[in-house]
Amino acid sequence: MATDSPKQDVGVGDYQYGFHDQTDTYTFKSRKGLDEEIVRQISELKKEPQWMLDFRLEAFKIFEEKPMPNWGGDLSQLDFQDIYYYMRASDNQERDWDDVPEDIRKTYDRLGIPEAEKKYLAGVKAQYESEVVYGSLQEDLANQGVIFTDTDSAMKDHPELFREYFGTVIPSNDNKFAALNSAVWSGGSFIYVPPGVQIDFPLQAYFRINTENMGQFERTLIIVDEGASVHYVEGCTAPTYSSESLHSAVVEIIVKKNARCRYTTIQNWSNNVYNLVTKRAMAYRDSLMEWVDGNLGSRLTMKYPAIYLMEPGARGETLSIAFASEGQHQDAGAKMVHCAPNTSSRIISKSISKDGGRSSYRGLVKVDKNAKDCKSNVVCDALILDPESRSDTYPYIEVDEENVVIEHEASVSKIAEEQLFYLMSRGLSEVEASSMIVTGFIEPLVKELPMEYAVEMNRLIELQMEGSVG
Amino acid sequence: MTSLLKIENLHVNVEETPILKGVNLEVKAGEIHALMGENGSGKSTLAYALAGHPKYTITQGTVELDGAKLNDLDPSERARLGLFLAFQYPVTIPGVKVADFLRHAISNIRNPARKEGEGLVPMREFRKELKEQMGSLDMKTEFARRYLNEGFSGGEKKRMEILQLAMLKPKFAILDETDSGLDSDAVRFVSEGLTKLTGPEMGVMIITHHERLLQYNIPQYAHVMMGGRIVETGDASLAEEIHNEGYTALRERHPEAAAEQEQVEAVTQ
Repeated sequence: MATDSPKQDVGVGDYQYGFHDQTDTYTFKSRKGLDEEIVRQISELKKEPQWMLDFRLEAFKIFEEKPMPNWGGDLSQLDFQDIYYYMRASDNQERDWDDVPEDIRKTYDRLGIPEAEKKYLAGVKAQYESEVVYGSLQEDLANQGVIFTDTDSAMKDHPELFREYFGTVIPSNDNKFAALNSAVWSGGSFIYVPPGVQIDFPLQAYFRINTENMGQFERTLIIVDEGASVHYVEGCTAPTYSSESLHSAVVEIIVKKNARCRYTTIQNWSNNVYNLVTKRAMAYRDSLMEWVDGNLGSRLTMKYPAIYLMEPGARGETLSIAFASEGQHQDAGAKMVHCAPNTSSRIISKSISKDGGRSSYRGLVKVDKNAKDCKSNVVCDALILDPESRSDTYPYIEVDEENVVIEHEASVSKIAEEQLFYLMSRGLSEVEASSMIVTGFIEPLVKELPMEYAVEMNRLIELQMEGSVG
Repeated sequence: MTSLLKIENLHVNVEETPILKGVNLEVKAGEIHALMGENGSGKSTLAYALAGHPKYTITQGTVELDGAKLNDLDPSERARLGLFLAFQYPVTIPGVKVADFLRHAISNIRNPARKEGEGLVPMREFRKELKEQMGSLDMKTEFARRYLNEGFSGGEKKRMEILQLAMLKPKFAILDETDSGLDSDAVRFVSEGLTKLTGPEMGVMIITHHERLLQYNIPQYAHVMMGGRIVETGDASLAEEIHNEGYTALRERHPEAAAEQEQVEAVTQ
């Protein structure tokens, strides 16, 4: 039974998604821990072709060889042998919410997904633990050749398209967690937008972890063909447990000539989740790739969405918001790699730290030799709400070409006593006043979001601020 | 019952330095008081201490609004009881729209028991009122969508203070050098705006160096501060005397207070 009693929420603090359902009817649950046998088991269960098994085994080897990163956040408490690598709660992916198992459906009801789908989404994928349990796509989009499916199905149903692009943007040996994902990946979204097709409403994926010590390793691949455009949105939540869960995704995006892709994340994992994600896009001639990355949850996030500007005229933009509260470290940022002349990039990062939370901006702007006349503009602003909290900035700039314009601005501010006093002298309580200052601080980013997400983002920030003062 | 703001033997420290040394003053609804004095006399300190700035510590004495003691209340609670301070230097709040801020503010002031997250004044009602008040202060409606004081000129900031005063309708308004740094047109706008708002329901304390604001809003009482105390109280003619002759004569009449004021200036500069 899903736990609807409000009492269940007591003890999980201000995090409203901390409930879990009592599903114990998993159709498959791997044993804890990771070895070659588990990797083989996952591949066998999914009845994969030999090449994918080989790909997984190769990646597993790389994962074992690569050391843990010694930078970023504290990973010393992360125990790879204390995690479930694969769990299947339902054997089928449904097209009607009524066919989704009741406990799971109730979870998504509480998260408001079916309601949002009716109002403003062009398609939805809902992933629960390791597999996608629900999927929909508007019929007219399907008729225009748009593919929006889970990544496992894409491998089976569109093998040529899949194999042409899978693993080409982020190779398994990119980093330890990309290797881990490549070895044990399951689920995620596969999107193909044919040339010239503009999708007006967002496609949304919703990722949910339900079990303690669960590892979720979705793999997303998005191909936006010439002149096409898409906005993809992902949301993530998990129950609050005392021990850790791991989310380690790989997201690969190809944005072809004149195409546009916007990828929005509202990450709101509970504070026991390690969120170690590799995201990268390749942007070709005159295309536009945008990452809008909101990190509100997790215990530790290490995530630096990257854009490789491959051909002249390509533009890349990352808008990043991080909110680190008690027990949280948000190590987030962006990477822009200018591989061709006349490419431009912009990074805007805003971070907020409170109640001892720590947020770090870590970013790279790289300009290859001969990538003349490139422009890059980086602005990162940090707001620190109390003396216990911390903010750091690690901007890296590597330029191998002289004819470029690179701008970097950074600021760190504290909520000024004078601002609080001014607002309070107009009758706002201390909590309202701080919350208003924080909302104002991220306003320039939030106003870039579609209205529904802007409202959601502001609501989440307000929830984070409640009870934080006094 | 006529509202009463009562200040009794008020002593205030800023950090460790004593600035106010026993201020006594009563302001009733419907009255206009002018509070004058040189730099360092304690005028602005009195304003901040009344509004409840955390750096201004009351060490002795009391402030009461209609019998409710304000000493231990935070700025929000004081505002909800009906106290308003128009700032000499209004603070910029980036990203916060004037309309959003004002809607929150009036919701709390009109429903002092309101808690965070409870309903706000209905949008339609709020917009109508805001539009009317902005019209009567000759402000463009686009101000409502701008970020609070961000990129405002000196005159625009002061007009925004008067707009807040108009929307919040306090029992007592303290205007801290609202006329300073403005050209004569801006002073006229602010002064006329204030004239429209004052009436039998509101008590006003105008802190000023000059008497420009007072030409439009003639005070019944004028007080002169020196060395952290009110040393003289008169009517509008006292304000006029200071305007014409400066503080020299006053310093000679109150040599002790003048000496103390010089000491404080030496410490705080």
